Amino acid sequence: MIEGWREFVRSNFIYSFSRAPVAIGSFVIASSLILFAIAAPFISPYTPYDPATLNLMNGFSAPLAPNAFTGDVFIFGSDDQGRDILSTILFGMRISLFVGFSAVFLAMILGVALGLVAAMAGGVIDAIIMRVADIQLSFPSILIAMLIYGIAKGITPPEMRNEVAIWVLILSIGLSDWVQFARVVRGSAMVELQKEYVEAAKLIGVNRVAIAFRHIFPNVVPSVLVIATISLALAIISEATLSFLGVGAPPTQPSLGTLIRIGQGFLFSGEWWIIFFPSLALLLLALSVNLLGDWLRNTLNPNVGIK
Amino acid sequence: MELSLFQYLIRRALQSGVVLLVTGLIAFSMFRFVGDPVENMMGQERTDADIELLREKLGLNDPFFIQYWNFLADAAQGDLGISFRQGRPVVEVLIERLPATIELASVSAFLAIIVGITLGVYVAIKPFGWITNTVLTVSLIGVSLPTFLIGIMLIYLFAVELSWLPSFGRGETVQIGWWSTGLLTVSGVKAIILPAVTLGLYQMTMIMRLVRSEMSEVLNSDFIRFARSRGLPEQKINFRHALKNTLVPVITVTGLQLGSIIAFAIITETVFQWPGLGLLFIDSVQFVDIPIMASYLMFISLMFVSINLIVDILYVMIDPRLRIGEAS
Repeated sequence: MIEGWREFVRSNFIYSFSRAPVAIGSFVIASSLILFAIAAPFISPYTPYDPATLNLMNGFSAPLAPNAFTGDVFIFGSDDQGRDILSTILFGMRISLFVGFSAVFLAMILGVALGLVAAMAGGVIDAIIMRVADIQLSFPSILIAMLIYGIAKGITPPEMRNEVAIWVLILSIGLSDWVQFARVVRGSAMVELQKEYVEAAKLIGVNRVAIAFRHIFPNVVPSVLVIATISLALAIISEATLSFLGVGAPPTQPSLGTLIRIGQGFLFSGEWWIIFFPSLALLLLALSVNLLGDWLRNTLNPNVGIK
Repeated sequence: MELSLFQYLIRRALQSGVVLLVTGLIAFSMFRFVGDPVENMMGQERTDADIELLREKLGLNDPFFIQYWNFLADAAQGDLGISFRQGRPVVEVLIERLPATIELASVSAFLAIIVGITLGVYVAIKPFGWITNTVLTVSLIGVSLPTFLIGIMLIYLFAVELSWLPSFGRGETVQIGWWSTGLLTVSGVKAIILPAVTLGLYQMTMIMRLVRSEMSEVLNSDFIRFARSRGLPEQKINFRHALKNTLVPVITVTGLQLGSIIAFAIITETVFQWPGLGLLFIDSVQFVDIPIMASYLMFISLMFVSINLIVDILYVMIDPRLRIGEAS
């Protein structure tokens, strides 16, 4: 265990990380935002969705200025209901990140499984899976996500829609995003399948499932990790876009996109902070994860092609 | 296996047909299985016999593929059902909204191509210098920003702070037959600027980067060096020889992007409350207006499939190298 850690620290990976200021910077920003989001219930100054703690008199406080009626100070200001913007951002980031991570996880499981199956089965199954992937890839994924969201919304009964909205969102982003994983996994698996050790494993009678997981899968892990990181940035933006358009997170569980949607209503009346700080948080989150993904791709596996 | 151009075209056309049939099937299944059509049409007072009669009349008792066939036949004749929310034929609603989206998409594609190619050529010719650096940095940031944030930023700057341009709507429109255009009035032209820039920005950066990489490659090739050694003027080398040879990939990529411009118009139209198809689609998703959703799906896939097909055909026709021995 300790030996493994030492090896990791001495590896090329850590060496090139320590020489890349952009990678270090984005790693620090991304991981601290994620930590803030996880710790939101403990560190946030207010509980924004508990009506008992809200005071309507606190509405529209400017950032860092004491409120005219109550004298309360909000670092990032407050919204029309007197909610602290910083707290809504922390809780909103939680939802954005939860949706992002879950959607990428779903896409990853689906894509890796279908990619492995396509590579190992070959023939008609391979052709069908990859054709579906091609078709899906020719449409923008945000469009597919919207469509899946709409259909899922149509199927669920109206009184349950708010409760399941988050899961529908995860499903629609996850299902729209598996193609990259499947393509890359299939490609790497095809290469591995040609190699002699796989032939040898087949000869001594190892079954196909074991070959797929024990021998093929470890070889595709680096590429899968790279795609997962880049997909996370895309999933966070997709989630924000869907929520901004009003077809995402419900008003009862606002994500960063929902907060920006709400803030847009106050753009003209001069309360710029209601939209500015959530946008900034979204920007930092998406940009840092994106830069980290780019760096990972260049370091780990320069051959993974992502559009 | 060698394929002639003709065989290749037939095969691509067949593939496109299959894609359309599949999206049609999805659209049909949405109509048929999301919500019960009989439930939607009948009032509270009804008997089982009434329901059975209506099911028979609507053809809901026919085998699945007969129903699917009838649906396709109706759709081909322009009968896409009636919007749940507006109570009007879907085709009527779509045609009413179409001009707004087409105008927005064309203006932004035009902007993207003109500005993208100009900047791309400039950056390739002068790879060092502060203008190049600024353009490249700004484009990198522009690509990483979500479209709706760019829209909001533009609204804040040009509509709220400077109040030069309107932040929503199409301005005054002029009716020409069934086509309503906003491009003939001053307020209409003012209204299209911000949405078109927002929508075209991503494509613009893409075209710019593409032109830049293609140009730098061509500028290093032997025939350009030869042109230089012949003493041709720099201007002529850059535009006559180099730019011409970069245009093939630029045309194909731009063509393929046209479809995504229409799709991403959904976001831009929502930000700017632009009364086009995208805004209609978002409203239909929010209110679960299945006929509109399904028809939009069919419309957009028809659009994508035909654009892909046309671009593929053009590609093979422009570049003769692809014609000989097309390997399968």
